[in-house]
Amino acid sequence: MRQAIPGQRDSRRYRSRLLQPEAERHADTHPLTWRLRDDGEAVWLDDYLRKDGYQSVRKALDDGDPQAVIASMKAANVRGRGGGGFSTGLKWSLTLQGGEMPRGYLVCNADEMEPGTFKDRLLMEQQPHLLIEGMILGAYANNSCYGYIFLRGEYVESARVLNLALDEAREAGWLGADINGSGFDFDIAVHTGAGRYICGEETALINSLEGKRANPRAKPPFPGQSGAWGKPSVVNNVETLCNVPAVILNGADWYQTLSGGRTDDGGTKLYGISGPVENPGLWELPMGTTGAEILERAGGMCGNRQLKAWLPGGASTGFLLPEHLQLPLDFDTVGKEGSRLGTGLLTVVPDHQSMVALMRNLEEFFARESCGWCTPCRDGLPWVVKLLQALEWGEGEEGDIELLDKLAADCGPGLTFCAHAPGAAMPLQTALKHFRHEFEQGVRKPGSKAHQDPIPVGEV
Amino acid sequence: MATTPQTTGLIGSDGFHLHPADEAAMLEEMAHYEQPQAACIEALKIVQRRHGWVPDEAIVAIARVLGIGPAAVEGVATFYSLIFRQPVGRHVVLVCDSSSCFLTGFDELKRALVSQLGIDYGQTTDDDRFTLLPVCCLGACDGAPALMIDADTYGPVSAGDLPDLLEGYP
Repeated sequence: MRQAIPGQRDSRRYRSRLLQPEAERHADTHPLTWRLRDDGEAVWLDDYLRKDGYQSVRKALDDGDPQAVIASMKAANVRGRGGGGFSTGLKWSLTLQGGEMPRGYLVCNADEMEPGTFKDRLLMEQQPHLLIEGMILGAYANNSCYGYIFLRGEYVESARVLNLALDEAREAGWLGADINGSGFDFDIAVHTGAGRYICGEETALINSLEGKRANPRAKPPFPGQSGAWGKPSVVNNVETLCNVPAVILNGADWYQTLSGGRTDDGGTKLYGISGPVENPGLWELPMGTTGAEILERAGGMCGNRQLKAWLPGGASTGFLLPEHLQLPLDFDTVGKEGSRLGTGLLTVVPDHQSMVALMRNLEEFFARESCGWCTPCRDGLPWVVKLLQALEWGEGEEGDIELLDKLAADCGPGLTFCAHAPGAAMPLQTALKHFRHEFEQGVRKPGSKAHQDPIPVGEV
Repeated sequence: MATTPQTTGLIGSDGFHLHPADEAAMLEEMAHYEQPQAACIEALKIVQRRHGWVPDEAIVAIARVLGIGPAAVEGVATFYSLIFRQPVGRHVVLVCDSSSCFLTGFDELKRALVSQLGIDYGQTTDDDRFTLLPVCCLGACDGAPALMIDADTYGPVSAGDLPDLLEGYP
């Protein structure tokens, strides 16, 4: 029997990491990551408290004005870091509260599953108390009685670290009844999922939290009006919530300066890059950092490869070209170029990669992960996959590309319950726009042999 | 089917036995939520942790513990990709097939897995050791291509790493 080499298996174990050493990170410039340790171990409560931990909660509860928390978030213009880019302060100001309205729920969307995205994992595995602190502030602002961290089931290490940190916070009186003598009660549970990308859609997430199939709900009513169990509910991404403590502690004006005039959006962003680059990874950088700088930090493309195209923030964003590398990566600028900032984690495509094959891979993902609720998504996406498969094999028919245009248009915004289908349409439409000739090459020439193998049916 | 009261520890038919500790764990989970149904996914995972998968009889048993219909439990069980409604091997290999892995060697890794295990997606090796399944982006894109074996995430993994990795899961 072959002898296992000790340690080799462990050396292949994946560990989340930030590619910025502690010496480069400071409290006034890196609100999300300055506390992270170079050894990659989690920042536990003692360490966290030494680094200003829970000071924002103390401040907000001492001030005693939840509306002031919302006002600060609005002024700071913290935009949703899960990819939506909606103003967090505005979302919170729309949560029903007061009068006869029962207290609702604060739900942290930790269902990180957007292809190409690996940022929330880092925050949860290495700095769980920052998320807990942000959630306490969110709950205070929105009058939430209880919080859930909706965590994807595969994030086993995140679950372990978060549960230990929640125990620590509870033990120290930062969670539970009468937090820090304020009279405010709030606690948090980790709710782990069991797969399915659609759980990241906020209304599908609420259905999943309630123990149902994760189909999206019609909006309105929005979760802030009627969410989990009909109560006002706020759903925020992990990174979004991790921004709240520094905003409350240092103020909206300070937060605005973090982006250094690169963009109207304030703050920093956990940017990252993956695909065939020399050093794929994550960095906390000013909002509005360019794609060029991120690619440079990653040491450029692998080997002698050239950049052909890139996705700015996950599979559901539109393809950009090398010429777009100079643009500041913020929500509005990227939006104007026909894409979306999304999660802000770049995926690069090398020059030798077939765009048809890549699109087939992306659409297989969207087709498989469709919840099946709406027809354009449930039936349209598998059809898209079959067409792309045929084009990839050089067996496309005349009209297939026009059909792809049509199917993508039918998945557009407003035609389905949620953003899953529009998310599937955007990369396809931009790929067809920028690389149409590649798709055209997949159409069978007149006189060439008929399909050697039938296109598989029912495999997606 | 005769109705069986809750908390007997002997819920179900065909000899399926809901372990008393599992039933207790489900009741504890229910306390975290406004409605017992919310513990449904966790209840399925509790059964799966003990049995490796979720047999039909367990669906009925969970429904009784939660006080909801078996159809609701079955609807949930068949929706989520990490709940297994048929037997799986002792170890489940989840291979990430999303874009970053696709761009960094997924095809080769998948081929090597298929060849070394002798099975494709959804299949289990003859010795009941491994089941192979695809999974959504594992959020390990800076370590692509990535895969999970049971609760362990590995990446980057090359075809050459597989024999040693798989050996750790007897």
